[in-house]
Amino acid sequence: MSTQDVIKEASMLKQKEMIANNYDLLTSTRGHGRKVASTFVPGNLNELIMCFDMLNNLPEINAIQNGMKKLSGGYITEAEKGGHSEDVCTYVKADLGMMKRGNLAPNGKPLPDPDLLLLSYTGCFTFMKWFELLRAEYNCPTVMLHVPYQGDGKTTQNMRDYIVKQLKEDVIPTLEKVSGVKFDIDRLRENLRRSAKAEDDLVWVLETAKNKPTPIDAYFGGVYYIGPIFTAFRGTDDAVEYYRLLRAEIEERMRQGLGPLTPEGEMKEQKYRLVVEGPPNWTSFRDFWKMFYDEGAVVVASTYTKVGGMYDLGFRHDPDHPLESLADYCLGCYTNRNLPQRVDLLEKYINEYEADGLLINSIKSCNSFSAGQLLMMREIEKRTGKPGAFIETDLVDPRYFSAANVKNRLESYFQMIDQKRRALASAA
Amino acid sequence: MPATPNSTAAIVQRCQDLFDDLDFTAARAWKDAAPGRKVVGYMPVYVPRELIHAANMLPLGILGGGENMEVIHGDAYYQSYICRIPRSTLELGITGKLDFADGMLFPFVCDVIRNLSGMWKLLFPKVYTRFFDTPQNYKDEVGGNYYIEELRELREGLEELGGARITDEALRASIEVYNENRRLVREVYAFRAATPWKAPSSEVYLLMRAGNVLPVEEHTQLMKDYLAAVKAEDRPMRDNCRVVLNGAFCEQPPLNLIKSIEMAGCYIVDDDFMLVNRWLLDDVPADGDPLANLASAFLHRSAETSAKFQPDEGEKGKYLIQSVREKGAEGVIFAAPSFCDPALLERPMLQAKLKAHGIPYISFKYAENSGQMQPIREQAGTFADSIKLWSAA
Ligand code: SF4
Ligand code: SF4
Repeated sequence: MSTQDVIKEASMLKQKEMIANNYDLLTSTRGHGRKVASTFVPGNLNELIMCFDMLNNLPEINAIQNGMKKLSGGYITEAEKGGHSEDVCTYVKADLGMMKRGNLAPNGKPLPDPDLLLLSYTGCFTFMKWFELLRAEYNCPTVMLHVPYQGDGKTTQNMRDYIVKQLKEDVIPTLEKVSGVKFDIDRLRENLRRSAKAEDDLVWVLETAKNKPTPIDAYFGGVYYIGPIFTAFRGTDDAVEYYRLLRAEIEERMRQGLGPLTPEGEMKEQKYRLVVEGPPNWTSFRDFWKMFYDEGAVVVASTYTKVGGMYDLGFRHDPDHPLESLADYCLGCYTNRNLPQRVDLLEKYINEYEADGLLINSIKSCNSFSAGQLLMMREIEKRTGKPGAFIETDLVDPRYFSAANVKNRLESYFQMIDQKRRALASAA
Repeated sequence: MPATPNSTAAIVQRCQDLFDDLDFTAARAWKDAAPGRKVVGYMPVYVPRELIHAANMLPLGILGGGENMEVIHGDAYYQSYICRIPRSTLELGITGKLDFADGMLFPFVCDVIRNLSGMWKLLFPKVYTRFFDTPQNYKDEVGGNYYIEELRELREGLEELGGARITDEALRASIEVYNENRRLVREVYAFRAATPWKAPSSEVYLLMRAGNVLPVEEHTQLMKDYLAAVKAEDRPMRDNCRVVLNGAFCEQPPLNLIKSIEMAGCYIVDDDFMLVNRWLLDDVPADGDPLANLASAFLHRSAETSAKFQPDEGEKGKYLIQSVREKGAEGVIFAAPSFCDPALLERPMLQAKLKAHGIPYISFKYAENSGQMQPIREQAGTFADSIKLWSAA
């Protein structure tokens, strides 16, 4: 399949259009007057934000966009020059640096100052400081939603009650005040109903990777598939439509026995099936991906595609229990789960997706993901007998992506899998 | 120097010995002194030690392995870009130095400590291990209720561990005991702020560290003895400047770093080492519902640090300015562990506030095993000189 064909996929066009429209809306608030909430991907309350006719701006997504456009390096340097430590998360610095340089959206127009910082504290300590830093710059209302961590590997009624109370007493009243729109729970229910529909289709798509060959790549391709649900579109008709299209396309690929799409067309040979833990690198995303498909390595399951919700474990937004379901959603996001849960999940993925091993892309920026990953790898190797590999990169800081090192590490990992297979075959 | 048991030198030596002892001999001895005793470790920044005490257990503050611990295993668990305290803490665990700890609490401070709680569960499945969450919402009926329930769960966990109920009465008594301890901590800090040449920070630091490993009653007595001893002693006042040190609330700097700052001409008149000792700012009422009282103290009268959300931008950093003003400090030294998210993300915000108030500061990073003190001594020395010049002008 040629690159030409790839571009024609209807779901891709749809997503591109959705993103462009959202940026156009965000950069034209002077005209239409809608208010803007900035918030995070994990614990993203898009359905709620929509109830107030507000727009959702996600600084993490802006950082990713800037990473892919190779702008983030300059922004990070800008923030470091301004006194931000080289040791802290580069999403934060890319965001602050972008602001210093005019806060330009991908459409080249300046993003508006947020009317509200919705600090949905889910799974990451840095979030709290990030929005305190932004608050000092924008001087706008900030509302905290503290989502307790699943320290004991479970959620409790106390946690749920705490979140619902914060929604009722702090988050919703603040949204009402900022937007001037009264909260209508039925509107929220409608949004949640649409969310659940899209979520069904997303899970269906992600699980097609259980097939051999798999029609999708659940990491490099996966980041596109999760796009609408993780960002400003969950709960919209657009998202429902996107996932309907996507599902139909994957169904078709399966019918035809096709492999995943890559930037260079259809991936033919699938030699290695991997589970990947950790976010990808964005500044060299294409090069990174190519190192996989060139070697016939396909990712069949990943944890990064669960940071904005663990739908494959059965969670769905529930219109009958709107606020409780928002609470459960936040509680369940991947990085809000404790290490033993994360290990269990990876083990399950290795087994259910019949993977050859676990690859960890350890991100310098992100203690939430990274602290403990070496132990996770050991545990997985011990439990599954499958080899693990560990590479280190960063999200949007080009200084921390060493293509040669990563490539070497990957190649020796694939050799290790080959050896393991040969050993198994000769033992059989 | 052969010292009488209650001389400053003897007290400081005792604290130094406790500090140096990575086998936790004193805590082990406490445990062995009676059958069935239990020890519960905790990490920075805050746990309600009253609950552990009321369960007749020993709360044991774990602050990593310090500069003298060789980390071999711990490094195999962590990437180079993660701070040192979790590695040396794991090293303590893996090498059996904490094998007498029946429980471990990992409080809300950052994602490294948070994740370490899960690692501890995987590596030491027999230990009662808990991530101890604290609320980031400070309304009584929201964060307060959540926290009371958290405390109740912790209480139940400890009851199960100890095989005995923790009564409200016992809790109230423990609150009293810790109130007294906190009063003494405040007294020591106030004394140092007033006369830092009499109570140098290198000593006060060790005295506070002793509170991590000693039974609270003993620690309280030790502080009384120390105050009595230093008050009686004639120590020369130096022409030092006065600084507040900020950012060292988790991984601790080597003792030498504190000494170097003092030697460079800075009296440390306030700091955020071992916040657990002074987390609750006033006495907690010892009557009424003990959990509700602890929760209320946490919500409304507890220390500020990066690990707590500050809902009001106007209040951000105020505590630091206040500390500078109240303690008569002339500048702030930001000392943060390398790779420490809470300290390093917070720093620019605090710096901006200081700048707005015309308070000078310097900043550097350290690791618990930093060896080279020369650059820090020079930086602190230049800072002290410039403050003196500035105040003379
Ligand atoms: S630390 Fe990790 S989870 Fe948090 S903002 Fe940075 S990349 Fe995201
Ligand atoms: S030193 Fe900082 S980053 Fe490291 S564990 Fe402590 S608080 Fe977390």
